[in-house]
Amino acid sequence: MGLSNNIIRQSYTIAADDFSLAGEASSSVKKMLNQLGVNPQIVKKVSIAMYEAEINAVIHAAGGRADVEIDKEKIVIIISDEGPGIADVELAMKEGYSTAPDSVREMGFGAGMGLPNIRRYADKLDIKTEVGKGTSVEITVIL
Amino acid sequence: MNEYFHSVTLDEEKCKGCTNCIKRCPTEAIRVRKGKARIIDERCIDCGECIRVCPYHAKKAITDPFEMINDYKFKVAIPAPTIYGQFKTARSANHLLTAFKRIGFDYVYEVAKAAEIVSDATRELIKKGNFKKPLISSACPAVVRFIQVRFPSLIGNILKLESPMELAARIVKDELVKNENIPLEDIGVFFITPCAAKATSIKAPYESEKSCVDGAISIKDIYLKLLNVLGDINEQEEEELVKAGFTGIRWANSGGESLALGTDNFLAVDGIHNVISILEELENDKLEDVDFIEALACQGGCLGGPLTVENLYVAKTRIKKFVDMAKESSVDDKLDKTYDYDLLWTGKVEHKPIMKLDEDFEVAMKKLEELEKIYEDLPGLDCGACGAPNCRALAEDIVRGKASITDCVFKLREKVRNLTTQMMEIEDMMPPVLDKDSSQKKDNKD
Repeated sequence: MGLSNNIIRQSYTIAADDFSLAGEASSSVKKMLNQLGVNPQIVKKVSIAMYEAEINAVIHAAGGRADVEIDKEKIVIIISDEGPGIADVELAMKEGYSTAPDSVREMGFGAGMGLPNIRRYADKLDIKTEVGKGTSVEITVIL
Repeated sequence: MNEYFHSVTLDEEKCKGCTNCIKRCPTEAIRVRKGKARIIDERCIDCGECIRVCPYHAKKAITDPFEMINDYKFKVAIPAPTIYGQFKTARSANHLLTAFKRIGFDYVYEVAKAAEIVSDATRELIKKGNFKKPLISSACPAVVRFIQVRFPSLIGNILKLESPMELAARIVKDELVKNENIPLEDIGVFFITPCAAKATSIKAPYESEKSCVDGAISIKDIYLKLLNVLGDINEQEEEELVKAGFTGIRWANSGGESLALGTDNFLAVDGIHNVISILEELENDKLEDVDFIEALACQGGCLGGPLTVENLYVAKTRIKKFVDMAKESSVDDKLDKTYDYDLLWTGKVEHKPIMKLDEDFEVAMKKLEELEKIYEDLPGLDCGACGAPNCRALAEDIVRGKASITDCVFKLREKVRNLTTQMMEIEDMMPPVLDKDSSQKKDNKD
C-alpha cells in the first residue's frame, strides 16, 4: 500500500473464473474503510458497487485488476480487464439485460442488475471500453 | 447499568493462556496478556463461543444464583422454551412446569406463550409490508450486538419488537398486580436461560431503559433441582399450567421463529460464523427477495446455548416430541387479546465503531498504512503466541499502541539473531593496541 500526500493506493488482482474468491477485493476495501471510520452507509455503497464490478470482471472477462485510491474526500475504484469489451454500453446498463453465459446464470448470477446497481450506488461512474480489447470501470464515491 | 456489562467472564485460576478462545471469538475480542485471556469489553457480544471452546472451563457466564429468588415475596419463573428439551424424565409440559412450583417458585409463565404473541405481531408487520426487506429477527441478542459492531448498515433491518422474555415478564407482572393484587415490588421474575447474551440483556438491555426481568438463572444451575423433583411428581399431581401452543415451543429450535410466521420467504441460519457469512451476503444486497432472516449465534438455535445441559441433538428430538404433544392437546392457543401491548422498542440500537483506527480520518489513514507495513513484516503464521488471534490483529494492536513488534516470538528471535551476528562481528574486531594473534596470546599467558 502506498501513502503519499495523504492518498492511500492499493491494488488487487481479480482472479479469473474463481467464484469462491469473487468478492475478496471488495471485502478488503470494506474492511479498510471501516478501519478509517467511514460512515457505514457510505461503506455499504462502496462495497456493493465494487462487488458488482468485481463479479462482472470474473463472469465476463476472466478476471482483471482493481486499483483503489482513497483520500479524505473520496474513494476512486478502477476495475480494469482485458476481456471482450462491451459492445453497447447503453444496453448493458438496462436492468435485466445480461450477456452472462448459462453456466453462470445457473449459479444465480447474471440477473442483469450489475451495472444498474453500480450506477445506483456510485456517485460517479465512468466506463471505458473497446470491443476485443477490454473494459475499465471507474467508480467514484464521495466519503 | 454499565453499558459494558458482560455476563461472559473469565475464571483466572483455570485459564492457561492458551490460544483456543482467542481464535474462535467472532469479533476478535480476546487477547492473552500476562498469561491470561482478557476480553476487550467494547468488542464482546456475549455470544458464548469462548465458553463453548475453552478446554479448561475457564470461561463462564455470570448468571444470578438460585437463592436470589428469596429476595422476593412472590417468586415467578419464566422458562425459555429450551427447557422442554433438557429432561429425559419430563413426561409432559405440565409435568415440567409443576416441577418449578415444587422447587420454590410461586408461579410459572412460559416464555413460549409470549413468543406466540410476538410472532403474531411480526406477522402483522410483515403483512403491512412497509419495512426494509429483509427483516432481521432480534431474538438473539448476540446477533443484534454483532450487527452493531460489524454490520451497522443493517441496523435499520432489525425487527424492533420486544423479545418474548421481556414481554413474558411484563404480562406476568401486570396479571399478578391486577388480578391477584400483589404489589409490584414484591414480585421477582426470573428468566430460566440457556444463554449468556440474554443474561446480559437483563442487566444492560438495548430495547428499553430497564428490563422487566429481575434475574437470570441458568439452566445449568437449576437442572439438578428440577431433576430431583420431577421424579416425585406423579401424573395426578401435575397441574394444568401450560398455556403455550406448539408454535411457541418450537422457537427453541433454529427455524422455529420463522415457521411461526406462516411465510415461506424466510432464511434461518445458526452458528455465529454462518451468521456472519449470511450478513455479508445481505450487505451486498444479495438477499433482497427474502422477507425475514432468523439468525441465531448458537449452532442449533437456543437448544445449543452455552448454559444448557442436554446434548443439542438429543434436545432437538425431545422438543419435537413436546411440539407434537402440544399440537395434539387441547391447549387454547388463541391469543389473549386482553393485553394489547405496544411491543416497539423505546431504546436505540447504535453503531459501535470499534474498527475505527482513529477519530481523525487522516490519522487513521496513516495508521492504516503503517498497519499494512507491519503486517507484511510479520511471519503470517497466525499462531497466537503473541496473544492476538492472527498476525493482522497483532499489526492492528501495534498501531493502536496496545502491543509491540517483539510480542511476536519470531520477530524477537530475528532480533536476537541480528544481535548475535553483530556481537560476532564485534568479537572479531579488536582495537589495534590489543590485536595480537591467538598463538602469541597463548604464549604470553603461559
